[in-house]
Amino acid sequence: MRNLYGFINAREKVMRGVFLFSAIFSILALATITIFLLVSGVPFIAKTGFAKFLFGSDWAPLADTPSYGIFPMIVASLYVTALSVIIGIGIGLLTAIALYKFCPKKLVAPIRQMINLLAGIPSVIFGLFGMTIIVPFIRDYISPTGVGYGILSASLVLGIMILPTIVSVSLDSLNSVSNTYYEGALALGATKEQATFKIMLPAAKSGILAGVVLAIGRAIGETMAVIMVIGGSPEMPESLFQSVRTMTANIAMGALELNGDALSALIATGVVLFVFTLILNVSFSLLKKDNSDKVADKIAGKITGKERRGAKK
Amino acid sequence: MRKFYSALKYVCIVALIISLVALVAVIAYVLINGMDKLSIDLLFGDYKDSPSILPAFIGTLQLVGIAAIIAVPIGVASAIFLVEYTGNKGKFVKIVQVATETLAGIPSIVYGLFGYLIFVVAFGWGYSMLAGGITLAIMILPTIVRSTQESLLSVQGGLREGAYALGTSKVRTIFKIVLPSAAGGIVTAIILAIGRVVSESAVLILTIGMVVNKVPESLMSPGTSLALDIYYFASHGYPDEAAATAVVLLVFVMLLNLLAGWIGNLIRKSTYGD
Repeated sequence: MRNLYGFINAREKVMRGVFLFSAIFSILALATITIFLLVSGVPFIAKTGFAKFLFGSDWAPLADTPSYGIFPMIVASLYVTALSVIIGIGIGLLTAIALYKFCPKKLVAPIRQMINLLAGIPSVIFGLFGMTIIVPFIRDYISPTGVGYGILSASLVLGIMILPTIVSVSLDSLNSVSNTYYEGALALGATKEQATFKIMLPAAKSGILAGVVLAIGRAIGETMAVIMVIGGSPEMPESLFQSVRTMTANIAMGALELNGDALSALIATGVVLFVFTLILNVSFSLLKKDNSDKVADKIAGKITGKERRGAKK
Repeated sequence: MRKFYSALKYVCIVALIISLVALVAVIAYVLINGMDKLSIDLLFGDYKDSPSILPAFIGTLQLVGIAAIIAVPIGVASAIFLVEYTGNKGKFVKIVQVATETLAGIPSIVYGLFGYLIFVVAFGWGYSMLAGGITLAIMILPTIVRSTQESLLSVQGGLREGAYALGTSKVRTIFKIVLPSAAGGIVTAIILAIGRVVSESAVLILTIGMVVNKVPESLMSPGTSLALDIYYFASHGYPDEAAATAVVLLVFVMLLNLLAGWIGNLIRKSTYGD
């Protein structure tokens, strides 16, 4: 009998250790990734010169006197991200609002399911779609320069790609706002549309913002869909219709061909990208902490305040 | 003002239609454009005279296998520790949470660089399926931890207390009572994570080497995957093959998604009854 208890006790302790180690694994993985990237990237940045690397506008790793400036790629990344997020949010948020109040109830669940399914489409397929449909279309009908590849194509592809994320996050945060605000607004004489846009939308603001940050993270980190439609020339972006190169495209395009210093330059590009996403992550968790209840309470305060003022008259 | 908001309502409905059209267009385009380009040679040929995706198919299965074998036990065990041993609160949980959230936010190409630096170069494996698989495992770990945590938290406390009251040890309770009750959610999460492995390509460019014409001899050989093949075909002048491979990949991923929902429901039903 004592043996049995001894066995059980030992098993409990061993398994606890196994579970604990697994929980620590994520922390270890993150630490290893960070350290490896920094150790292999930062010395190169220091050697090239911090300002020269980040703000240099010449990328010529294979030239006789190579120069490594990634400023054009940072600018291109920011351009593509901003434009795609504007497209994605413009359409995605309005879609979420339509699904929230202005769509027949029976259709909401199937449409949501379909949008969730679409969130699982591999990015390389979006890239292929962009390469064979969007790029030729822009080249033939829109582009003044006759170039289809570039910022506009990449932004359109990414905009479609992040749509599902934005729709489902926005709809979730709209749904989490208490319906009493809506009913209260109607009782005060607001139309359904006024109640939706002026009460429910502001109340869901923080959740929607968190979704926006999530979408920015996806857009800035996306590689395959971008690499297939962006063109790839490491030039300073001057127009929407010009072959440029984002940071992610720079890493993926160079990786198979370069070595030595040029490879370190790619890793350093990865470090810059990593820092960008860390900043986004931090702002995401800060936004999440500011829970939507607080915002909703503020709005509730506004409503009751108005009511009181009305009563005074 | 009323009129303005009423008009805005119609703008919303137009946006809804645009989203649906855009997303359906992607799927419809891939299916319609690629379906007639599928051929036996492409699917099962041996890549001597004409391109074939057989190596990619085998490569994808290997990657899924490696990633799942590593990420599933670690992810589930990690969630068990967070929920069952710490009650999902406290400083340690917070730190792990931040770590997994940060891991989830890292772009896949940065994972690719990391995999390249540590497995391909530092460990001296060269481009290999194993390097790609392990890197993917780390990439899907946060998803598995997060969803398993949620499934475990949704198991009623009474079940655990009942087991303890009968004198069952903690580990036994976890394996015999808690995990089976949470199985539906966990299996769904695992299948969705596998979907991510199948869809991923940026990581693989840097870790498995994009050798499209040979079935990998072992896990240490370079290879390719379905998603990577699409990129290769599209950028190396095989538009038809790219379109056909896209159909295969899309159907594969969609089936995984449907399977996730279906199996989840099945297990839930068999645990709780109807």
